[in-house]
Parts: sequence; structure tokens; C-alpha cells
Amino acid sequence: MTCKEFLAQLTDYMDGKLAAEVAAEVTTHMGKCGHCEVVFNTTRKTIEVYKNNEVYELPSPLRDRLCAAIMAKCGTKKSGC
Amino acid sequence: MATIQSTGAEELHPDVALVARVRKGDMQAFEQLVKQYDRQVFRIAQHITQNREDAEDIVQDAFLKAYEKIDQFQGNSKFSTWLIRIAVNESLMRLRKRKTARTVSMDEDVQTDEGFIPRDFADWSPNPEQLYGQSELAEILRKTIQGLPEGFRSVFVLRDVENLSTEETAEMLGLSVPAVKSRLLRARLQLRERLSRHFKELKEAPEK
Repeated sequence: MTCKEFLAQLTDYMDGKLAAEVAAEVTTHMGKCGHCEVVFNTTRKTIEVYKNNEVYELPSPLRDRLCAAIMAKCGTKKSGC
Repeated sequence: MATIQSTGAEELHPDVALVARVRKGDMQAFEQLVKQYDRQVFRIAQHITQNREDAEDIVQDAFLKAYEKIDQFQGNSKFSTWLIRIAVNESLMRLRKRKTARTVSMDEDVQTDEGFIPRDFADWSPNPEQLYGQSELAEILRKTIQGLPEGFRSVFVLRDVENLSTEETAEMLGLSVPAVKSRLLRARLQLRERLSRHFKELKEAPEK
């Protein structure tokens, strides 16, 4: 497996969507290629860091205001129209 | 913990009961759904539009629409997925409205190979969370994802941040499954490349 082929399989490999034999090839390639191993590790960390940290927080006062506005608007409408 | 044996009936998501109450006119049940998902809707809207005012409007419009159309919710998907679909639609509509003046389409800006070939091969160690305070890290993550083309950003957010499936993401964004996969790979690699600059720098000159 070349580095280019490794990249082409990277997303499916990370998502556990590869057939066992292809996944094994990817693992073997990473064992031999330090660069691709780093790409895999840091890509996984990229996903984790975005998943685990709230990038856009909704502050409480704004949250309350939006909720009140939504409920007020819904109150004037009938559901299921 | 005792194992609950299936009695043949499928276990219902708690949202299903809330939706049923909303249909009967129970506003408290709807408020509960709002409070459960407002942060998620805001996050998605802000990620896609990159505009704070738009995101605030989208939160209101998405919930209002969900309320009006609650009878159309079939229950064959999760309520959250149904709501996210509405929020994504609203977000894309706002984006298009703002973009008509600029004439850049969602497809044009992804015809680039930038960031597709990895260049940075330094590992991140220790993890970013150990190197940065929460708000500092959030700022880096915000700035980094802002620089991503919209067509990549939306795919990354729905797939990797909100954990939707490739198929759901494709359907919501009006893309094919292969297109979602290709954009996801590019989004992940571009973000990785850009974050590497930050996380490596600090590793070389640790301050605290």
C-alpha cells in the first residue's frame, strides 16, 4: 500500500467501514510508515478535539431569551397546521 | 444492573412521548424539547453560517417550524435528526441568501487540493486539552474551522461533531454519499494540517 492509497482509505478506516483485509493493509502500512501513522493519530485527535470541546457556546442569557421568544411565537400559532 | 428483556415492543425514545404531548397542545413538553436541543441547533447553525445573528434567527425559525409541522414528524427517524434537518435547511437557505451577492457556489469552493496532501508530520503530544485553557482552545478551534470552505465545514460538523451518518449528512446537504466521503476526508485533513501549526508551536515552546 502506498501513502496515497493509505489516504484514500483513511476515512473509511477511521469509521470502521473497511473490509477486514483492507483494514489490515492500512494497519500494516502505518506500522512501516511513520508519516502516515502521525497523519492517522493527529487526524483522530482533530476529530476528538472538535467533538469534546464546545466551539460555539450558547450563553445562558441568550438561551433564555431565545427560548422565551420561541415559546411566545408558538403560543400564537397552532401546532399541526 | 438487571437486564430488561424485550417484550416485543421497541423501546421508545423519550422524545416520542414529548412529541405526542406537543401534538395534544402541551406547551411545556415543547419547551422541554427546545431546552434539550437549542444548544445543538445553535451550534450547527453557527458552524454552517459563521454568523452569530443568523444562528440566533435559525434557532427560533427551526423550532417554530418544528412546532408548526409536528404532525408531519413520522417517528421513523429520531426527533433530533428531524429537527437537525430543519435547522440545516434554514442554515443553507440563509447562506444562499447572503451569497447571491458574491456568486460563489457551495461546489466551487471545494474544487481545491489544498490540504489534501499532508505536509506536517509532527505528532501532537501532549494533547491540546492539556496545553491550552478551555477558552483559548475554543478560540483556536473556532478560527481554524472558520477558514475551511463551507462545503467542507458543513460535512465535518454534521458527520464528526454531531455524529450523523454519511447517508443522513448526504441527504441533508443534497450531496451524494461519495461526495460526502470525499469532502469529509479533505475537511479532516485540512483541519489537521492547520491545527498542527498551533499544537506543534506550543509543544516547541511550552509556556506553562
